[in-house]
Amino acid sequence: MSALVITPVLVPLATAVLTTLTGRHPRAQQALSFAGVAAFLACALALVALAAADRPAEAAFGGWAAPFGIQFVIDRTGAVLVLITALMGAASLLFLASDADTEPHHPLLLPLVHGLLAGVGGAFATADLFNLYVWFEVILVCALGLFAIGGRLDQLDATFKYLALNLLGTLVLLIAVGAVYASTGHLNYGALSEAADHLSPGLATAVLTALTLAFLIKAGAFPLFAWLPASYHTLPAPVLALFAGLLTKVGVYAVLRTLGDVFAPAPELLYEALGWIAAATMLVGVLGAAYHWDMRRILAFHIVSQIGYILLGVALMSAAGNAATLFYTVHHIVVKANLFLIAAILWRLAGSYDLRQIGGLYALRPWLGVLFLIPALSLVGIPPLSGFWAKLLILQEAIAQGRVAWTAVALLVSALTLYSMVKIWMEGFWSPHPDPQWRLPRARLWPAYAATLSLAAVTVWISLDPQPLLNYAQAAARTLGGY
Amino acid sequence: MIWVLALTVWITVTAGVYLTLSRDLLRIVLGLAVLGSAANLVLFAAGRLGSAQPAVVPLGETLLTDAANPLPQALVLTAIVISFALICLALVLVLRLIRDADSDDALALRYAEPVPTDPVKPPLPAPEYGPRWPG
Repeated sequence: MSALVITPVLVPLATAVLTTLTGRHPRAQQALSFAGVAAFLACALALVALAAADRPAEAAFGGWAAPFGIQFVIDRTGAVLVLITALMGAASLLFLASDADTEPHHPLLLPLVHGLLAGVGGAFATADLFNLYVWFEVILVCALGLFAIGGRLDQLDATFKYLALNLLGTLVLLIAVGAVYASTGHLNYGALSEAADHLSPGLATAVLTALTLAFLIKAGAFPLFAWLPASYHTLPAPVLALFAGLLTKVGVYAVLRTLGDVFAPAPELLYEALGWIAAATMLVGVLGAAYHWDMRRILAFHIVSQIGYILLGVALMSAAGNAATLFYTVHHIVVKANLFLIAAILWRLAGSYDLRQIGGLYALRPWLGVLFLIPALSLVGIPPLSGFWAKLLILQEAIAQGRVAWTAVALLVSALTLYSMVKIWMEGFWSPHPDPQWRLPRARLWPAYAATLSLAAVTVWISLDPQPLLNYAQAAARTLGGY
Repeated sequence: MIWVLALTVWITVTAGVYLTLSRDLLRIVLGLAVLGSAANLVLFAAGRLGSAQPAVVPLGETLLTDAANPLPQALVLTAIVISFALICLALVLVLRLIRDADSDDALALRYAEPVPTDPVKPPLPAPEYGPRWPG
């Protein structure tokens, strides 16, 4: 049993406990929180190194061997996602030290953030279906706390909608897990992938439909995404960036793990349906974004839209598709979180999230414009940024399989994504500020710039040298099952 | 036996869905609690019904015969604990919402997403429902 395998849960959980105990001493709490996330980052790097050397960290708990005890296995897929989780945690916590939409600093804010990281880390580490459900619940409880902690009426309203729809999702997941256990007698991923071969196609379709439905609610796919744009924009910026980067991606990871790994190849009907759901998710998300003028709401709809691309990779039902999904997920988490953080800097400097009430930033802060354009154009997929490589991988495979309709939708959605990004650029940076009396305020922004610049540096790094990540993703896809 | 359980699940799900689709906030939470019970019953049925013998090897023997499957029971217990915590949290949240918003109508909850007044553009954000300006 390797002790490293439990660190994605243990380190954030220990940090959550320690930061709760030091709630009365904000400085000590902050120092512990930074130390915790640094330790998490170091453990995640070690996990990636182990996984890349084909020695995935694994352990079975409670003195029971693999198919009976709960097992943690961190293969290449899990390891890179744990690393990106730690990176997002570090960026958000750094951003919290600025004054760009980080209020209120409730004593329970940091414990809840670390609890959320523990839940996400557990979901990526576990190799047991019921355990995955438990991590989804941990994430849900911490997310609800982070929503409600501000106490504003719109936040409570958002919390309730998030709670009702996500609780429904976890109940569907619970029923689906019961159905999987009833039909195979297993919950462990390894045992399930062996037992799945003996399932009749009809039963497999029914059980996996229920399971995928639950994960799609969590991922925010069409038509089950209503909870996401209804709630996300009420969060403070660093928490919002964390949610935008990680939460829906846990749902997507679960879809990849079930349809792309454990139960692969599942009945073809499921992949066909998933492909059309992905296309609809892309299109509906981007059209929703086109209507809005609040930057956070525009970007929230773009989360939905981008989920479509990631799901499309799984729907292609091939190792190349899975590799593209993994590459896209890593690129997307960094870019999306960064966009939300930069929007918060815009809010601090120009005074509002609504594009009709701001402007004139390019004249005063031209480098902020460059900083915005790196993730914005990467989200659209302009070469040579990371989004271009991610979309290229997915569309190459889609065209190779003759999926013309899905490819056409994906390209159209890219153009519409450009429209939203240009809207933010034109209104926020290019056009003059609507209030002629407006002056740049004195703000404490260096932690915000440090966080966003680091994330932009990761994006630029993936953009200029995509080969290492691509090799890693392809090697990860080869270890995923079935094809 | 399994048909009786299936019927129970059916009735529970129906009641849960009916309550969840209500406009009354408290009824929505109650509906989710009832749906949670239905999910627990399904989970319980996943481990074959029939035997009521506990899964404990009797003294002096090494083999366990004809015992009930303990795994779904453990799963249901976990799920009950989690859903209990979530329902408690939801109840507190709903009480606070009813107090602050002075209404228990789900359709009146338009604070996070204000109703549009213009046919093409969304309404401007209300300052009291946005982030507080620092300092």
